[in-house]
Formats: sequence, C-alpha cells, structure tokens
Amino acid sequence: MGFRIVKLPDIGEGVAEAEVSAWHVKVGDVVREDQPLADVMTDKATVEIPSPVSGTVAALGAEAGQMLAVGAELVRLEVEGGDSAPAAPPGSGVAVAPEVARAQDAAAGKPSAALVPAADGLEPAQPAPTPPSASAPKPAELPKPAPAKPAAPVAPRAAAAAPASGPPRPPGEKPIASPAVRRRALDAGIDLRQVRGTGPAGRIGHDDLDAFLDAPPEEAAPAPAGRAPRTAVEEIKVIGLRRRIAQRMADAKRRVAHFSYVEEVDVTALEELRASLNQRHGAIRPKLTLIPFLVQALVRALPDFPQMNAHYDDEAEVIHRHAGVHVGIATQTPSGLMVPVLRHAETRDLWNAAAEVRRLAEAARNGLAARDELSGSTITITSLGALGGIVTTPVINRPEVAIIGVNKQVMRPVWRDGAFVPRLTMNLSASFDHRVVDGYDAALFVQALKALLETPAMLFMEA
Amino acid sequence: MGEITTKLLVLGGGPGGYVAGIRAGQHGIDTVLVEENRLGGTCLNVGCIPSKAMIHAAEAFHAAVLQAGDASPFGLSAGPPTLDFARTIAWKDGIVGRLNTGVASLLKRGGVKILRGRGRMVDGKTCLVETDTGPERVRAEHVILSPGSVPAALPHLPFGGRVISSTEALSLPRVPATMAVVGAGYIGLELGTAFAKLGAKVTVVEMAERILPAYDAELTRPVARRLGALGIDVLLGAKATGLSASGDALDVDVGGELRNIPAEVILVAVGRKARTHDLGLDRLDLDMSGPFIRIDERCATSMRNVWAVGDVTGEPMLAHRAMAQGEMVADLVAGRRRAFHKVAIPAVCFTDPEVVSAGLSPDDARTAGHEIRTALFPFAANGRAMTLGAEDGFVRVTARADNHLLLGIQAVGAGVSELAAGFGLALEMGARLEDIAGTIHAHPTLGEAFHEANLRALGEALHI
Repeated sequence: MGFRIVKLPDIGEGVAEAEVSAWHVKVGDVVREDQPLADVMTDKATVEIPSPVSGTVAALGAEAGQMLAVGAELVRLEVEGGDSAPAAPPGSGVAVAPEVARAQDAAAGKPSAALVPAADGLEPAQPAPTPPSASAPKPAELPKPAPAKPAAPVAPRAAAAAPASGPPRPPGEKPIASPAVRRRALDAGIDLRQVRGTGPAGRIGHDDLDAFLDAPPEEAAPAPAGRAPRTAVEEIKVIGLRRRIAQRMADAKRRVAHFSYVEEVDVTALEELRASLNQRHGAIRPKLTLIPFLVQALVRALPDFPQMNAHYDDEAEVIHRHAGVHVGIATQTPSGLMVPVLRHAETRDLWNAAAEVRRLAEAARNGLAARDELSGSTITITSLGALGGIVTTPVINRPEVAIIGVNKQVMRPVWRDGAFVPRLTMNLSASFDHRVVDGYDAALFVQALKALLETPAMLFMEA
Repeated sequence: MGEITTKLLVLGGGPGGYVAGIRAGQHGIDTVLVEENRLGGTCLNVGCIPSKAMIHAAEAFHAAVLQAGDASPFGLSAGPPTLDFARTIAWKDGIVGRLNTGVASLLKRGGVKILRGRGRMVDGKTCLVETDTGPERVRAEHVILSPGSVPAALPHLPFGGRVISSTEALSLPRVPATMAVVGAGYIGLELGTAFAKLGAKVTVVEMAERILPAYDAELTRPVARRLGALGIDVLLGAKATGLSASGDALDVDVGGELRNIPAEVILVAVGRKARTHDLGLDRLDLDMSGPFIRIDERCATSMRNVWAVGDVTGEPMLAHRAMAQGEMVADLVAGRRRAFHKVAIPAVCFTDPEVVSAGLSPDDARTAGHEIRTALFPFAANGRAMTLGAEDGFVRVTARADNHLLLGIQAVGAGVSELAAGFGLALEMGARLEDIAGTIHAHPTLGEAFHEANLRALGEALHI
C-alpha cells in the first residue's frame, strides 16, 4: 500500500491559484481512474479534475471554497502496490473531520447548509464531533457543537420531557398552568404562551417561570403576539461563483462612477412587429424576445457612439474602443448571475441573434457555457422581463462602460394629437461609467436607441 | 342635587358588583356601589339561594311523605307530614335576609359607600341616582357595570296573573295544585321538581327534544328518569302557545296536537336576558355582542375605564363567574395586571339528581378537534352512594388522548354538586388522568367515583 498525491494542475490560464469550488469525493471514498475528484474554478471557467489512478481517498487538500496554489496537494489517494511518493508527514495535509465532509456537501449545492446551534440552542443533544487529530489545523468555520451560553435556560430544559428547542408548544395550544403560576406571570408581565412548560403534559410550573425570568433579556422579552420568535441563523459560505460575483460587484461599485439614465420608450409598434413575426415563423424559428431587437438597436446606434462600446482599463488609464459589438446578456442561473456573450452581434440578423441568445442562456443555466462564451463582452444588456420593474440601477460589467437595463412593459394612456391613447411603453434604465462617459453623450445615446425602437423599421434599414 | 366624586362606581350590587366592591375596599379604593333593591342581586334574593332553600324543604317534605307511605327502604315509618308553607317561605326569607345583611356588612367593612336607588348612566363617568332623599350625581374615574339580568318573557305568554317568573315562584302564598312549567332548563326543572315534591301536579313543556338541552343526553338521562318517577309530565318538542280561552290552562302544541294543560300557576322559565334597557346604557358608546355588552379578557368595554361584569356580559350567566370577574376588575382598577384566563367555569343543576359539568363534554372535545379518552364510573358501584340510597348517576371524565390532560368532568347523582370543587380544581391546575388516579380519595365517599373514572380512562379501574 502507498499513497499517491494528486496536485492541483496548471489549468492553463497563467493563473497561480484556483478555488476548489466543489468536491465530488470525500475521505474514505473509493475512486476509479478518471472519476471526477473536484471542481476547480479560475477567473471564469470551472474545470473538473479527474483522478489519475484508482484508489481510496485518504485526505483532501482543501475545503470547498478555499484557494489552492497550482502544484499544491489536492487529494491524497491510498493506492495498491505502493508509490514513489512518500507518505506526507503528519500535519502537512488536512486531516478531514466529518464536518469537512458536511461542509463539502453544502458546497456541492445541497440545500441545507450548516446551522449554527449556538444562537438558539438548536440540536443541543448533538454529540460533540470527534475532533481532528491534534496536529491538524482546525477548519475555521466549523459549526460549534456546544451552545455558547451554557447558563441559558435551554440547558436545564433539555433534560426535561418537553422538547427543548423550537416553539414552546404547537400553535393554537393553550399553555397549561395552575392559577398561582398564571397570576405570577401576569404580575410579571409574562405571556405564558412564550414560556416552555417542563411539567407533565407541558404544564408550566414555577420553575419554568423562574427559568424564563432568568433568561437573558433578549430571550425573555415577550413578543407582542403569540408567535414564537424564529432564532435560527443559517450560515452559508460565500464560495465559487457567488464569491466571484461578490468580488466583481464590489469592484464595480467601488471603482466605477456610476450614473443611471432612465427613458420611456413607446414599444407599441415594436411589439406588433415582434408578435406578427412570431406568428408567421413561430412554428419553425425560435421565438423572438425583445432582446434581439435591442441588440439590433445597439448595433445600429453604437457606430455613432463609440465611447459606449469600450473597455476602460483604469489601471493603465487606457480606453479600448471596440469595433465589434459583443453583447453581454445578464442571465440568472441556479448558482447565480452569469453574463454569456453574444459575439459579433453586428454580423448577425434578428433570427440568428435570437437563436444565439437562447443557446447561450441555456448553456449558462446548465453550466455548459465555455470560458470564452463568458468573457469578452463590450456592452451588456440586463433584462428581467415582466419582473423588470419601473426603474433599475444596473451595475456596470467592468471593464465595460455602459449597461442597458430593460424594465417591464406597461400599457399607459399617452397624450397624442389631443387625446389619450393606450400605448405600450417600457423604460430603459441605462448606467454609464461617468469617469469616461459624459452625461450629454449618454443621453444622446439612449435617445438614439429610443428612436430606433419606436420606429422598428429603422432597425432594418441599411444606411 | 348631591354630588359625589369617587374613584370607582359600581352599578348593581349582585354577585359581580358586590364582590368588586369588597375587593376594591380591600385595595383602599374609594368606592360607591349603587343598588336599587336589595344587595346580592338575583342570586341571593330570587335565584340560587332561595331556590336551594325551597329545594331542600321540598326534598325533606317528600322524604317524609315516602316514609308515611311505608316506602322507606330501611324501615322508617312516620305519620303523614304536613307543611306550613308560609313558614317555609319565611325560613327561606330569613336565610336571604341574613345573607343580605352579611353582604352589607362586608361592604361597609371595606369602606364602600352604598347608595340606594336606581342609577342611570349620564356618560361614561357620571351616574345619576334617584335615592329616597333626592337625586345624587356620582362622578367616578372608573365604572363597573353589573346590572345583571331579568327573566325572559314569552310574547304570547306575558308575565302577570297566573303567569309567573322564577322570582314569583319563590314567594307563592301556597303550593299550587297544578303547575305548568314552560322550559326544561335548569331553572324550570329545579323549581318544577321542588313543587312536585311539595304536592303540585307539575307538567313541563319544552320545545327541544330533551330536557336540559344545554347538557348532553347521557348526563341528563338520570334526571329524566327521576322526573318520570316523581310523576312529572314532560312534554318534549312542545310549544306553549298561550293561555287558554278560559284563562285557567296553558295551550300547548305538541307536534301538531293541541293540548290544554290545566294550571293554577304557569311558570315561564325560558332563560334570562341581560338588563341593558333602563340604566342609561344607550347614552354610553358601548359595543354590544348581540344582546350583551361586549367585553375583552379583562372585562373592559369599548369605553376606557368602563368595565362590565356578570350576566350583562353574556353566558354563562352564573354567579360565580360574575364574582370572579368582579374580583378581577377591582384588581385591575387597583393597577394590578389581570386577565380572565379560566380553564373552566363549573355549572351545577340542582335537579334531582344533581348535575355538574366542568370543562368540555366528550362531544365538545371532539368538536374542538381533540383526540380523546373518556370514561365514566357509575354510582351503582360506589359504596357511599348505596348507603345514601342514591345509586343512579355517574362521574365521567374526558381527557386528551395524547397527554391525558383532563378536558372536562361531568357528574350526575344525588349530592354531586359538592364534587364541583374537586372538578374545577383538577381542570384549573391542569391535572392529567394520572394526577387524579394517583390522589387518594377518602373512602367511603362519592368522590371515589371521580377517582375511579380516571382510573377507568387509564384502563386501571378497580371497582368495576
């Protein structure tokens, strides 16, 4: 028997480190050759690391969510026949306690993340987990097994017949207490519905009142109604895509001087056109949404506003104006926001753009989008369709300098030619990087988009 | 016109009002109690107390009659008894009088000022009282409304002449030869039974299909049997339609068949209604709940510092409920924190045999959504009941199936009214079947039947 150490490979992006975003195995698992061991995430892409040999997982080199340097130990496998790799001295790897495996389960997308029992006495009877070997570093974010406040009344109650956690009694049940206890509670201003009874049938005794009164004030404070307070706190690690999103959003908000500009667009004609096109070709062609029309409008308008279709490298203090229009389409996926890119929109017609947007969205949602499909956009569209609200303040997809938000369509009375007429309208909420885009230009740009969308025939006129 | 300013005004000196007054006095609250008649209200003067005196006298006379007829099971015989009914009434009045005096002295000891006369509310803080010495205006910070209730009348059978209410039935000049009782609730049956035992030919007319419709059939069956044994005619599903043309009988529609029941006295006992009509309550901005004043769990009305207790606040119209409410409101006025969180208000029918109910009946409990365990223990298996010659009846308990918490206790049998204390205590303390089963009940007593009913519900009965 011997050990084989699997190191984090160079995954070819010139990066020095990557995040272990999910584990597919845990200590003790028997793995076959080529079976996936872990997902490793770099700037945009997620790479699956397969096992080079068959063996048994002896140790994991990182917790899910940890950054790992290229070349560092990813997995130690116990393999048949012995290997040249010597067994690492104790303490060099991460001995894995059961909690690590649980945290990995959570990271792997299972819905229940670890609950912290300390705050509210949940799971007080849970046995203390076997600690990892003394020399091993203790993972930082393990759930603490013991309540933080041993003096809290939770502890003595746990020994009684009544369940010690959750609400004192099922909803609608009246508290049972002798008249003397009831009077004491009234005198003390205590709502007995909040008090746990440890007596037979959940009867509240003087001891239970004492415990309630001795509890820390924040627990003893009676709620105004008979509803039990919800005190559970769920701890969810910010890892993987969510961490990436958090970093990028914070960067964008910290560095970009956002301003937003909102304009109303009459989309009555556009919607008529879209509906009739869908009706005519609906059977054989992909259904058209508003997005491909907006893409066409961008393609038409951007040549006159090259400063909008640009990257601002604020460290080098250089603006890269792009000739090609690569439109990022903000897309909600099960693991969070992704922005697949419609490349060279200027080369695509309406139907082609529609098909590609659809394909990209599905690929992103299914986690199948390639790395280059998730990078390189020069301007971004964000649309929540019917959920689009009245106004949004989109966050710029740095290093881009403009983002166009689409709000919901509403039928409104519009004053036209001396009368109110019903018109389908929609707001565009666009944000710009004020460091490099002036308000005047932004306004002209949005007005150009508005003009194109309100007279959709213009979208298809060759200039 | 005199002017009185006080902290607390109590309008009505019945059980709710006078208890509020006594407790307020104990708290040192400056209190004025307004009562137009005698202290003690319906309960003391024309209800609970005098009726129990009559029932006791009637039972004693009836036992003597049985002995004269050689019907005593243990061989007692005596000559035919006679009853000086005027002395019976005087004895009863003596008891009432002593209790009236007692209430007055209790109030006096607490420093409560009693104002005799009819009070009418002018606004939420002011009451105008017509006393013998002229009108008095009482201004108070707090007002407790405890005006009580009056017998409900039937429109086609108005009170007057031979048509009487329970009030008049307790002061008849002699025992009538024939009596019709309209209403087989507890008031009608208590008084009807008493007069039957005193020698009247009694017919009871009830619209519902059974007697004591407020109680379940199992519980009332021994009473129905006893009514039959006493020779009382009970017409069920029957409607009293009015006085006969001759004026000396009651017309009754029994399921379409018209009957004519000769009756020297017609006692209408079809319930009581809240007294809200003649106290100026219409000048107050009180929310009503049907015919009753709406109150919350502290007996607070919709007006600040105006409280209401007793029959005027609705069912159950029982003196002990009013007393508990009055006591609580006096505590509230004294600044205590109180709420009317009672598990049970026991109710007793002094019929023959007596009926007690505290908490939920098995049917009530099921309707309330409980999974239940219920059991009864018959007095036929209770030694003490045998020695009293009172073997009819039982004690019945109902508990939750899951945690055995007692939900209700009922009993029917001779003398079971005295068991009410234990029943109420068990429910109020939150007893489980095991608590009662584990309590030694003295032998030989009727209370053992309570013990055994709990044992039986647990499948551990010893004497059955």
